[in-house]
Order: sequence, then C-alpha cells, then structure tokens
Amino acid sequence: MNMPVDMSTTLGSAWFPSPIFTASGCASSGKELAQFFALRDIGAVVTKSVMTKPRHGRPTPRMAETPSGMLNSIGLQGPGIDSFLANDVPWLLEQKARVIVSIAGETIEEYATLARKLRSVSGLSAVEVNISCPNVENRGLVFACDPDASRRVIDGVRKTIGGELPIIAKLSPDVTDLPSIARGVVDAGADALALINTVLGMVINLDSMRPHLGGKTGGLSGPAIKPVAVRAIYQVHAALPHVPILGMGGVSNGRDALELILAGASGISVGTASFGNPTALIQIRDELQTLLAARGFATLSQAVGYAHRDESV
Amino acid sequence: MATINKSAVQQIVTVVSNKRVGAYHQILLNVGDIVKSCRPGNFVAISVGGDTSKMILRRAFAISRTSDNSQYGGTMELIVAPHGAGSRWLCSQSEGSELDIVAPLGTAFGIPTSPINALLIGGGYGSAPLFGLADLLKSRGCKVDMLLGASVGSKIYAPMEGKRSVNSLKIYTEDGSMGETGRVTQSLLEIIENRSIDVIYSCGPMGMLQAITELVSSTDVIHQCAVEESMACGIGICMTCVLPVTNVEGTTSMLRSCIDGPVMDGANVRWDLVGRVPDSL
Repeated sequence: MNMPVDMSTTLGSAWFPSPIFTASGCASSGKELAQFFALRDIGAVVTKSVMTKPRHGRPTPRMAETPSGMLNSIGLQGPGIDSFLANDVPWLLEQKARVIVSIAGETIEEYATLARKLRSVSGLSAVEVNISCPNVENRGLVFACDPDASRRVIDGVRKTIGGELPIIAKLSPDVTDLPSIARGVVDAGADALALINTVLGMVINLDSMRPHLGGKTGGLSGPAIKPVAVRAIYQVHAALPHVPILGMGGVSNGRDALELILAGASGISVGTASFGNPTALIQIRDELQTLLAARGFATLSQAVGYAHRDESV
Repeated sequence: MATINKSAVQQIVTVVSNKRVGAYHQILLNVGDIVKSCRPGNFVAISVGGDTSKMILRRAFAISRTSDNSQYGGTMELIVAPHGAGSRWLCSQSEGSELDIVAPLGTAFGIPTSPINALLIGGGYGSAPLFGLADLLKSRGCKVDMLLGASVGSKIYAPMEGKRSVNSLKIYTEDGSMGETGRVTQSLLEIIENRSIDVIYSCGPMGMLQAITELVSSTDVIHQCAVEESMACGIGICMTCVLPVTNVEGTTSMLRSCIDGPVMDGANVRWDLVGRVPDSL
C-alpha cells in the first residue's frame, strides 16, 4: 500500500493543507460553490478580482463556447472593495476557508489603494495582484504586458501592504518574454506568481457577421489553453526555480494538475472546469493524490518541477 | 452553510424515455428525490457530449414538469429543441442513457396564497414549464388561461394532458399554420380586461417578454417572466448571464439570470439596456 501523500504546499509564507485552489473570477466569492463542497476542504478560495469601486463590467454577450474552451468578457464586474471586505471576506473566514483576495486596478495608484484596504484585514492568506485581466477597455492598460508597469504595480503594493502578506502576481501568457516579466515582479517584491491568465481571443458570429462578444475580444480558458499554461510554468520555473508558482489554465482532472506541478507549479487553481463540474476541485484534489502516490512521491513538493530534473543548469 | 443554490445537487440520472414531439424532443429523466425540491420555473444544467467531448459547458433547460409518483420514482420532463451541437447530442440520447445533471437551479414562479386569475404565455418551447405551473395554480384554486405562440405550428408545444390543466388555451402562429395568425401580444390588453387577469406568467424569447412588460405597464397586472440568457455555469460563478435589473431603490445592477432568475419581475428588468451596461456606478 502507498503511504498517504503529504499534499500541503506553500506560497511565500502562506501554508495550505491542499494544493487545489479556486481560480480568481471562476468562483465568484465562494458562496455559490459552498452547496457542492465545504470551502475549507480546498487549499484556498481565490476571490474574483475586486476594484476600488463597484463596477458593471461589459455588456452581454459575455460568453462563447469554443472547441475545448470558452471565451469570456466579463470586464471585472464586482461590488467594490468596501462592500467585498464587509460582506464576502467575513463569510469566507466563518466557513474556515483560507482566503486569497485578488485585486485589480486601472492605475498603479488604484492597486496601492486596494492594498492599503487589505492591510487592516486579518485572516487573509495572501493577495493576488491581477495585472493581466484581458477584459479592460484599453489593452495598453494590461500592466503585465509591460515589464516596467508590472514592476511598478507590484512595488506599490509591496510598499503599501508591508512585509507580511504574501503577494502573488498574476501574469499574462500573451507576452514575448514571460521570464523577464516574472523576474521583474519578483525583484519588485512578489513572493509568488500566478500563471496563466486567459489568452486573448475572438469569435465572429456568422449570423451577425460581427464579433460575437459585447466586448469584441475575450479571454480564452479551458482545456484548449493547457499546453500554453504548461509551457509558461515550465519556462518561468526554469528561470526562477525558487519562486513558487500557482499554476492554472485548463486543469480539469488530476492528470492535468500533475502536469502543471511537474512543470513547476506548487499549487493549482481550477477555474473553467468548475463551470462544467461544480465538484471539480474535490475530484481533482483526490485524483492528484492518487497519481502522486502511484508515482512514489511522498510529498507534493517532491513533484514540483520534477520535469526539469537532470537538466543542465 | 450554502446560501445560494441551496437545493441543488449534482447527480447521474437515467433517461426513461425520449420522444419526438413536433419540432422538439420530450425527454423524461429518472431523478429520484431531486423532484421534491423542484418548483415550476427552476432549471437543470446538463453535461453534454460525453467524457471526451470538446463541449466543456453544461446546457441549461427549463424543467417542464416533475412527477413524484410514476412507476420510475421521481421523474423530470424536459422539452428540448435540437438547435446546437449540445442540444442535438441530448436529443440523441436513448432510453437507459446516463446524464450528469445539476438541479434544481434558479428562482421559481411565485405562487399566490389565494386564488387569482392567471394568464400563462409561452413562446415556442418556452411553454414547457408553464404546464407544470398550470397544474400547481389549478390546485390552489386559480383560474388559468394560456396563450401560446410560435413562428410555425410545429414549434407550438401543447401536449394533450397539458391542455387539460388550463381553463382555456389560445394558439397563435406567425404563418397561420396553427391557431390564429399573429402573435400572443396582439390582443393581450383585451384579454387581460375581459378575464380580469391578476398575474401573467411568461416564458419565451426575450423580445416577447419585453413586449408583454411594455403592454402591461399601464395596468395593475404583475408580470413574472422566465428570462433566457446564455450561461456558462448555471450556478452563479461565471458572471456571463447577467441582465440589467432595477431594485426598489431605483438602482440598476447586472444580475445573474441563473441565481437571481430565471424568474424575474418583468417590470424590474431594464429591457432597453439588455446588451448594454447601465451608466457607471
């Protein structure tokens, strides 16, 4: 018989009993999934990226299913940080869920403002700084496509939030040199990286013969982007082997999760899979444990980046 | 404790029968105890295409009616139009096939505590959930009239047993191939007045729901409509199925039609803003 695998993981100074997390923007603020499993049974709830003010998001249609994937163009609809901190975070903490708050801003100052609000909140495990949402009005505002802007956002959050709460920078795969952007945000104070955000895409409606989504472009997610995620995680882990990575992109079963872990992810966020299967996180957690045991891993951390072994440094 | 989706369960269920009815398929599922928490207006989200499918999202269908005492135990009936790849796959499932469902989801039609005069209006397969609703309203002593409309007669869904659960049924088709030529809205105000209608329950295309809302805005009639927006998840986590809806304070926000709907008060939906967003908050 195999020994039970130690599934615990860390991102910076934050410890989690399980490596399977929700993905920001794919679990709302947690209440919706609580009917299907206990939120404390997963690694953490990564909440939907919140901005300073309430926001309607983009017009409908906001969704198009694509082969083995989907495009979304939500546009960061949300209640604003004050309502979120007053209503959603206390509820999650009451459920004994570990909470990673994801923040998004239109300016470098907005990120710092959000960080200031989080500083006084106790019980959070980490903050995810989403600098890569593709559904903003101006593509020029996708900070993660610009090495200098990326650094400045993370630097602002780090200085505001102080040294305690781990910062996870969420990056876009839609860049030429991902490792250099990753290195920049780590130098600026990020403790971990979330890879990958959705991939920018478009669907044209053959009836209207115009872009189908209200926002024209959208973020591609689901199994279709898994190889992009594996590549991005592998490249960044090779460049920065000591920086923990929260991996995501098309993970819908335990095998997918293991693939991202072998590429270098210390934790896995499950997003689009929950849309099709509300209990996906629990199934993936259990399948991953079995797969690790079958390969002789005693701990999850032994498998992190295992695909890089024997490579010349 | 869950506060949203609080009756929903994910379960593997069996197809009891699958019959073609006009342009639609009438699919009966053996769902066991799920029927105990299903209310008219609720919907079900079903995985399509099998384990290796490239279709990753569930398809949402209104629950047409449920039965708690059939020979199969609890059964749920769906009326499905084989429009796209997912619904065509569902319509090809034969007796004994297994389906992965999540149900019941969404809001239900409000049922009055005292007898009223109800008018049920269905467009196309939108009539499906209205027959179960009619049964329930009749059992509460309500008078139930029904109007059904579609582009052509083959798209009218009106089963024989369903006709028995209403006091009157009037059918409209745009090409005149069944019933009266025209639309369900053409004599609506007259019908409301002649029959002293208190509440309209509707389900069908968004254009029809909007037209009904506009017609009844000058009356005291309450209009409960089941809206239709494309959904990725059906359980409130994807934020794609939103509609602009105004609350009692007059503030408009983008509400999810899966958890704040599908049944909504037609007067609160900002039909003029569907497909757009309200002014900044």
